[in-house]
Amino acid sequence: MSTSIHTLDKVVIRFAGDSGDGMQLTGDRFTSETALLGNDLSTLPNFPAEIRAPQGTLPGVSSFQLHFADHDVLTPGDAPDVLVAMNPAALRANLGDLPRGATIIVNGDEFSKRNLAKAGYAANPIEDDSLESWHVHSLPLTSITVEALTSFDLTRKDKERAKNMFALGLLLWMYTRPLVGTESFLKTKFSDQPEILAANLKALHAGHAYGETTEAFSVQYSVAPAPMPEGTYRNITGNLAMAYGMVAAAHRAHLPLVLGSYPITPASDLLHTLSRMKRFGVTTIQAEDEIAAIGSALGAAFGGALGATTTSGPGLALKSETIGLGVSLELPLLIIDVQRGGPSTGLPTKTEQADLLQAMFGRNGESPVAVVAPSTPSDCFAIALEAVRIATTYRTPVIVLSDGYLANGSEPWRLPAVDDLPDLSVEYATEPNDQDEQGNPVFHPYKRDLDTLARPWAVPGTAGLEHRVGGLEKADVTGNISYDPANHDRMVRLRADKIAGIAQSIPDLTVDDPSGEARLLLLGWGSTYGPCAAAARLVRATGARVAHAHLRHLNPFPRNLGEVLRSYDRVMLPEMNLGQLAMLLRSRYLVDVQSHTAVRGTPFTGAELAGAITEHLKEVDPQ
Amino acid sequence: MTVDIGMPSRGTDGVPTLAEGEKLSKRDFTSDQEVRWCPGCGDYVILAAIQSFLPELGLKRENIVCISGIGCSSRFPYYLDTYGMHSIHGRAPAIATGLATSRPDLSVWVITGDGDALSIGGNHLIHALRRNVNLTILLFNNKIYGLTKGQYSPTSEVGKITKSTPLGSVDRPFNPVSLALGAEGTFVARTMDSDPKHLKSILRAAAAHRGTALVEIYQNCPIFNDGAFEILKDRDERAGRILHLTDGAPLRIGEGEHARVVVRTDAGNLAVVAESEADPARIVVHDAAADDPSQAFALSRLDDPAFTQVPMGIFRNVERPTYDDLVRSQLAAAAPDGPASDADLAALLRGNDAWDVADSLGRSSLK
Ligand code: SF4
Repeated sequence: MSTSIHTLDKVVIRFAGDSGDGMQLTGDRFTSETALLGNDLSTLPNFPAEIRAPQGTLPGVSSFQLHFADHDVLTPGDAPDVLVAMNPAALRANLGDLPRGATIIVNGDEFSKRNLAKAGYAANPIEDDSLESWHVHSLPLTSITVEALTSFDLTRKDKERAKNMFALGLLLWMYTRPLVGTESFLKTKFSDQPEILAANLKALHAGHAYGETTEAFSVQYSVAPAPMPEGTYRNITGNLAMAYGMVAAAHRAHLPLVLGSYPITPASDLLHTLSRMKRFGVTTIQAEDEIAAIGSALGAAFGGALGATTTSGPGLALKSETIGLGVSLELPLLIIDVQRGGPSTGLPTKTEQADLLQAMFGRNGESPVAVVAPSTPSDCFAIALEAVRIATTYRTPVIVLSDGYLANGSEPWRLPAVDDLPDLSVEYATEPNDQDEQGNPVFHPYKRDLDTLARPWAVPGTAGLEHRVGGLEKADVTGNISYDPANHDRMVRLRADKIAGIAQSIPDLTVDDPSGEARLLLLGWGSTYGPCAAAARLVRATGARVAHAHLRHLNPFPRNLGEVLRSYDRVMLPEMNLGQLAMLLRSRYLVDVQSHTAVRGTPFTGAELAGAITEHLKEVDPQ
Repeated sequence: MTVDIGMPSRGTDGVPTLAEGEKLSKRDFTSDQEVRWCPGCGDYVILAAIQSFLPELGLKRENIVCISGIGCSSRFPYYLDTYGMHSIHGRAPAIATGLATSRPDLSVWVITGDGDALSIGGNHLIHALRRNVNLTILLFNNKIYGLTKGQYSPTSEVGKITKSTPLGSVDRPFNPVSLALGAEGTFVARTMDSDPKHLKSILRAAAAHRGTALVEIYQNCPIFNDGAFEILKDRDERAGRILHLTDGAPLRIGEGEHARVVVRTDAGNLAVVAESEADPARIVVHDAAADDPSQAFALSRLDDPAFTQVPMGIFRNVERPTYDDLVRSQLAAAAPDGPASDADLAALLRGNDAWDVADSLGRSSLK
C-alpha cells in the first residue's frame, strides 16, 4: 500500500504512559533521530515524584513532549498535535492539553475494564463518542509486539516491555525519520543481553513495518531541516550542559573542580554526571547533608580549588549559613540551584522560579552574592562559565538559578570551540602585599584590588602568607577580628560595592524590537526566555509591536537596565513565582513593572503570554 | 576502579617537610593576635602544648591548616600562626573534608568543642570518622557551653543545673569516645589539659595516624563549669582513678595494694576489680590495634560520672585506607596520561550523537 507524504512546518508530539512504560526513552530516541534530520527542536519531560507510583493510575503517568520544526524552535510547544497514550491514565491525564482535531494514538490493549477504572473512566472513551473531536487510532500495541516476538525465548513480560520500541518504530515511520541512531543506541545499551537486544530491534522494525503495510495510517509527514548556522551540533539537556559548563570552566581556569553535593531532585543528575568526569580532574564528594556538601566545597575553595555545590529548593535553604561564611571569607564558590516547586518539599519534579529572593537575600545580615540565570537548556553551559568568571574574579559565592524545566528540557546546541571559550585563568597571591609600621613586608588578606575590590586568594602551602579567615567581622585590610562599629559599617559597604561593581564587567541588556517603536517591553529572566520569545513572535505576527529583553544577570543587574525599563510605557514581566523579580525592579528603579505570574509547575506557553501581551497592548499601544 | 598511588601510611606523608637543618620553634607557631580566653581557661595550656608540639613534626608551617567551628575553643586558629579558618558552628569537619580531599600536601587539624562537635555538628563528626578522612580532630570537652555563657552541653551529666536547666538537665550525655568508636573511628584517644606531657604524646600519635584521629581533651572551664575534672587533677586521687591505656600492657589503675585491674567477666563484659582479688588469667591486656573495636568500646563504657575510673590514652588505633587517598587514587586511575587536553574536552562536549550543519539549508550528516 502506498501513502502520501505531507510536508509540515512544525509538529508537537507527546509520548505518555505509565512510569514503567519507557516513555522518556522513547521520547529521547525520537528526539535524537529528529535532531539528526536537522530540525530545530525543544523537549520537555514530565515525570511523577514517585519512583513507581501505582501502575495504571493518574499519578503514575510520565510524559515527554517534543516540538520540532523547519524553523527555529523556542519552546517545547504549547499544545501537542499528536498524543501517544500507552494506557487510559495517560490519555486522561493529557487529554486536557490536546486541542480538538489533534491525533491520538492509544494502546487499545490497555483499555481493559480494570485499567479504565484505575484511570477513573466509567466507560471506555475509545468505544463511546467522547473522543469524536479528535483523530483516534486505537492499536493493540502490546499484543502486536508480543506477536512479533513469538519466536523469541523471552518471558511474556519481557516481550511486552518492547512495546515502546514498537510505538517508536511506528512514529518514526509516520514522521519519516531514520532508525539508524536508535539501532546503534540499542546495540550499545543491550550489548550484554543479545536476546533482549534482538527483541527490541525486532519490535522497532515491526512498528515501522506496521505503518508501512497496514492501512491504519494513510499519511506520512515530513518536516524539512531548519536553517541553522554552520557548525557541529548536538542535542543537550540543561543539566548536562551545566555539568559540562562546570568542567569546561575548571579546564579554562586551570583549577581542579571539587563538587560537594547531596542527592536532591532535580539537581542529582549534575552530581551523577560530574562523578564521571574524573578524567577531567573533577572530585565529587557525596556529603552527609546539604550543609556538609557546600562546606566541603568551601573547604576546597580555601585550598585553591574551584569549589562548587549543586542543589534544589530546600537544599538551598540548608546552605544559607555556609554561603554567608563564603561572603565573609570572600572566596570563589559556585552554587547551582535547580529550582523546583516549593515551599518545603513542594513539587520536587516540577519547575518554578521562586528561589530568586532566597538567592538574593536568604541569609542573615547584609550578605550580597552574585546571581545569574541561564535562559535555555544550552545556555546552562555558557552561564556556568560566566558564573565561574564572576566567582574567581571577584572572590565571591555565585548562585546560578536554573530550574526543572531547563534541567530536563533539551534543545540542539551548536558546539563551541574550546579555544573560543573565555580564558578564566586565575592568579593566587604569592607574596606579601603590604608593609607593617616598621616597613617590613606583610601579607594582608583583606587588602583589595582597587579595580574589582576582590581580596587576594592566598592558598595554604604558600610560604609567608599564612593567615586566618573566619566568619567574625574582619578589620578592613588586615583581616584581623574587629568589633569596631565604623569598621563594620565600612566592611558591609565594601562587600556590597564589590558585588555591585560586577556590573562593570557584564554586557548591557539588549532589546529585541524589530519595529523600533514598541511601547510595551516584555521582560523575562531564566527559563521564561523561550515562552517570551515565542509570545513576542506570535504578537508580532498579528502586526502588533512588542519589545523583548531577557536578563541573565540578576545581581547585579546590567548597568543600563533602569534606562531600558524607563524607556517603555509599560513593562510586562512573566515569572513562575508571585512576582519576585518585579518586586526587585520596582524597588530599585521605581518603575511600575506589571507581573504576569503562574506557579503551576509547568512553563508558560507562548500563546498564554501572547494573550496577556495583547491585553496590555490594548491599553498602551492600541493600533 | 582505583590505582595504587603508593598509599601513604603516616598522617603527614605527602606534606612538605623542612629542609635539612631547618627547625621551627614554638614562637613560629604563635600568631600576633592577643589571646582572649578567660584567665585560667584550660584552653591556654592546650594552645601552648600544641604550639610547642607542632615544630616536632618538621613540616613546613605553610602546609599546616587549622579549621575550627564556633565556641571558645574554636578561636584557636587565630592564635596559631599557620593557615586557618574559624568557620561556622559544627561544620569544621565538613569544611576540612573538602580541603583534605583536594590537598594531599596539607596537614589538616580540626579544633572543636563538645557543643560544636557533638550537638550542632554531630552529623559531620560521625561522617568524617566513618569516611576516615586524613584529619586530626581535637575535641575540647569542658562539658558546658562557654561562649554562650553557661548552658548545659551534650556531655553535661544528667541533672546539671545551668541557666537553661534550672531544675537540672534530664537528657543523657554522649560519651565522645563511645560515639567515635561507634562511628567507625580508626583512631580514638583521650587526654587532659592538665597533663601537657600526656597531651603531647597523644598528639604525636594522632598526627602519625593516617585517617581521622579523634582526640577528646578534658578541658576545664573555670567560668561556667569550674572543677569539672578537679578530682583528676589531685595527685592522690588521680593515681587511683586514671586507667592508663598502654598498648600490650595489662590494664591497671594505681599500684601496690590498692591497685585495680580490668578483667573480663563470665558474661564477657569488662569490669574493674581489686588486683588482689583478680584471676590473673582474666586481666585484660590493652590492644589498640585490634581490628574488632568491641574491647575499646567496652573500655569507654567504664566511664562513670563520679570518675571512679577514667581510661586515658589511645583506645583504638588501626590502619584503614582513608577517604581522601581513595578518592585521589580514583582520579589518578581515570587520568593515566595526565591532565585532560583541549581535545579531550572537545570530545566530551561533542558526545556520540553530534551532527554537522554544513550550510544554511541545514543539511546534516551524522558525525
Ligand atoms: S568561658 Fe570557659 S571555656 Fe570559654 S574561654 Fe572562658 S573559661 Fe575558657
